[in-house]
Amino acid sequence: MGREPSEHGADSPGPGWRGVGLVALGGTIGTVLRHAVGGLIPTVAGLPLNTFLINVSGAFLLGLLASALALRGPDRGPRRELRLLLGTGVLGGYTTYSLLALETASLMLESRILEALGYGLVTVVLGVLASWAGMLTGRSGRRRA
Amino acid sequence: MSAVALTLLIGIAGGLGAALRHLVDSSLPARIHARFPWGIVVVNLSGSFLLGLVTGLALNQEWTAVIATGLLGGYTTFSTASLDTLRLVTEKRYSTAFAHGPGMLLASVALAAAGVLIAAR
Repeated sequence: MGREPSEHGADSPGPGWRGVGLVALGGTIGTVLRHAVGGLIPTVAGLPLNTFLINVSGAFLLGLLASALALRGPDRGPRRELRLLLGTGVLGGYTTYSLLALETASLMLESRILEALGYGLVTVVLGVLASWAGMLTGRSGRRRA
Repeated sequence: MSAVALTLLIGIAGGLGAALRHLVDSSLPARIHARFPWGIVVVNLSGSFLLGLVTGLALNQEWTAVIATGLLGGYTTFSTASLDTLRLVTEKRYSTAFAHGPGMLLASVALAAAGVLIAAR
């Protein structure tokens, strides 16, 4: 976990415009994917199953990407560019926090307090577990390789 | 607007949102980030409030999709937030992890609700 990707490493003084471009490109792809996948999955019992599945799967994939990249060397050069494109861009744009917040708030405003708490907290807890599972998967993939 | 054009606009807006998130997050000094990952927290809280406002304003459906699904959906992120909470847990900083995970959720829900209520007035 010590070399987890971050924008804040000593060797990254600023964002760099090439990096910003990669993030924007990835973010466009991730957002279109979220829009497409979101339309395929129905709402179940008034609960947004689509946002839930998108967020938890994205957290798993980011954990997988982070550990796979970190095991291959420091966060520089092509590894850093791949992380900006796929991690910060595609998976950052694919998952969404504002919609999770709004959907939870809407359930609360409809006085569905228990469902609101359940939806919000289960998403957050499973998101952490999914990124952990993703990191473990990324490491075991390396051992087999 | 055709469905293809709308999807394209949503995508471009999402790319802009993601770039903006990257700029906000990278402007945070490393020393502060190591103590608490404020960058994405600030992004997610501000994005949740803005999504509440946009939803409460009930604009034209297509522009709501471009701003809400595109711009604000791409700006805010759940995956990095989860990985940041996991990092705090593995560092055994449990109370900070609790403030970051459930704490950020509660704050962003309150801000989204505030946005809806303010815009609907």
